[in-house]
Amino acid sequence: MTAVIDKAALDEAAREPRWWEAPPRPVWEDEPGKAGLAGKGIVLAAACLAVLFPLWIVIVTSLSSKQTINAAGGLVVIPKDITFIAYQELLSGGQVTRAAIVSVCVTLAGTVFSMTVSVLAAYGLSRSGSLGHRWLLMTLLATMFFGAGLIPTYLLVQSLGLTDTYLALILPSAVSVFNILVLRAFFMGISPELIDSARIDGAGDWRILWQIVLPLSRAVIAVITLFYAVGYWSAWFNASIYLSDQSMMPLQNVMIQLVQKQEAPVGVSQAIKTGQISALAIQMAVMVMALLPVAVISPFVQRHFKKGMLTGAVKG
Amino acid sequence: MSNSTVPRSRAEAETTETASRAADATGEQPGKKKLSGKLSLRLRLRRDRTLILMTLPAVALVLVFNYIPILGNVVAFQEYDPYVSSNGFVAMLESPWVGVEQFERIFADSAFWDAVRNTLVLFGLQLVLFFPIPIVLALLINSVIRPRIRAVSQAILYLPHFFSWVLVITVFQQIFGGAGIIAQTLRQHGYEGFDLMTDPGIFKFLVTAEGVWKDAGWGIIVFLAALASVSPDLYEAAAMDGAGRWRRMWHVTLPALRPVIALLLVLRVGDALTVGFEQILLQRDAVGPGAAEVLDTYVWWNGVRNQDFSYAAAAGLIKGLVSVALVLAANKVAHFMGEQGVYKK
Repeated sequence: MTAVIDKAALDEAAREPRWWEAPPRPVWEDEPGKAGLAGKGIVLAAACLAVLFPLWIVIVTSLSSKQTINAAGGLVVIPKDITFIAYQELLSGGQVTRAAIVSVCVTLAGTVFSMTVSVLAAYGLSRSGSLGHRWLLMTLLATMFFGAGLIPTYLLVQSLGLTDTYLALILPSAVSVFNILVLRAFFMGISPELIDSARIDGAGDWRILWQIVLPLSRAVIAVITLFYAVGYWSAWFNASIYLSDQSMMPLQNVMIQLVQKQEAPVGVSQAIKTGQISALAIQMAVMVMALLPVAVISPFVQRHFKKGMLTGAVKG
Repeated sequence: MSNSTVPRSRAEAETTETASRAADATGEQPGKKKLSGKLSLRLRLRRDRTLILMTLPAVALVLVFNYIPILGNVVAFQEYDPYVSSNGFVAMLESPWVGVEQFERIFADSAFWDAVRNTLVLFGLQLVLFFPIPIVLALLINSVIRPRIRAVSQAILYLPHFFSWVLVITVFQQIFGGAGIIAQTLRQHGYEGFDLMTDPGIFKFLVTAEGVWKDAGWGIIVFLAALASVSPDLYEAAAMDGAGRWRRMWHVTLPALRPVIALLLVLRVGDALTVGFEQILLQRDAVGPGAAEVLDTYVWWNGVRNQDFSYAAAAGLIKGLVSVALVLAANKVAHFMGEQGVYKK
């Protein structure tokens, strides 16, 4: 009684399109014109190239020897001889190594601190109807509409004795109310029945947060962690006004000195003077050090952006 | 959507994002029944103490670093002298009051008005040259149906958003600066080089271009989300009625984007006096304050650099008050247009 089924044909019809094939088009959608397709492709490719080309130049130049850079008359577009000498020089101790360590430590400590505070606040505010819920939320929300201003904040940080400490790089901007709102919106999207049943089983709020809410919120946690980490990694302004000791400066501030003000980094200047390394390669290498962590991590979190961010994306 | 309930599932959360935003902004949870109706305050405190405890660190940080400094704005009405006490905040109590003298000084200062003009010019340029680009890019990406190409191009376009301003400006400098790759190549071929980075005349366009490079790709996300929520049925129905590609875009796609565009426009206008503080501050020295001074850098220069705290705080206070007024006004306009705005009516 069994009908003869051509399994191969069924599989062929049901399989996902390969990446180079276009997925099936809705019947009402007419075939796109050749010119339209080409035009779209060119604009999209140009946009992507506008992002990638400068990064390519920076990376390739940082990996080039002095001869190649001189021959190219500046920045190198086509790599010839790859050398890591600029990185070796930068990472062999001295100003840039120290700045990189400072940046990594401030980013790690700051991100852990910010995430802890934000996740707790977001969970605390996500169970609506709790005592003081509205007041606490309003206290946070109001800060999205007005800021105190640069000068009073500066005076406060000084008064608290935070100047010339790394706390000045973390505390003043530790919580982002926007991030708390995104986390909260996501936590509130978790089915209340799940949480209620856990509560009936005797779980307290700490346990619910740790064992139910957090595991279900990996996507948004990843996104917000990235936001905080990028914030700390990219920050330079607080360091520039609150730190006076040059040896405490994070990587971004050292990059300002090196590349924008064209000063040779302490400890490396000798190698540049004696002509072993191109000053340009050193500059580019510092830039790569600044962009690499971000460029490596963000694509992994990327697939969560939509899922994680949509609950709060329109909040701008 | 303003009366919808709190999203209970993730899928629902995605479709009701505007509603939850409005609910967030007012702290109202219209659909949630009040658990607290019959419990005494003591019982509620007992029940919710863990939740309150969890919120306290964030609230404490916000109180210290966002609310207490608001009190510090009193220095705008003083001749603040940080050296009358070892503690800057205590010094406020002992500094002499001068009323609105600082404000009179500011309004008489032509540099202040230059900063106002620069701020508004930059804001206008960003509105005209920056704002439409993410919309166009989102429409473009949305029309690409191959998932792999979509994913890759999105990944590439998002990337610069995560770079620091220091890095972005440095990249621009290496490409367009006097020692940059374009000027070098021109010189090698016997032409005259140029330096876009130090030219006050084109500074405003440079700043806008940097902004586009860094954030245009990131701006796509919101529009793509709005586009993804358009029901294919609408397209199909339009196609049945004989609407071609462009008609469908005009009558289906663009109306779907309208609320998002209006909201972002409102937010942007409310934020008009803030135009890339870090970005401009980093380039202020290269271009000179004539072209590069905006209100934020004006405050920074007078306060942090020249230590004229009262004067700078007064300038910052003017900017802050006008900004709040702008946000409120922009929201009114949004409501008038029948959109959600940042908070509910």
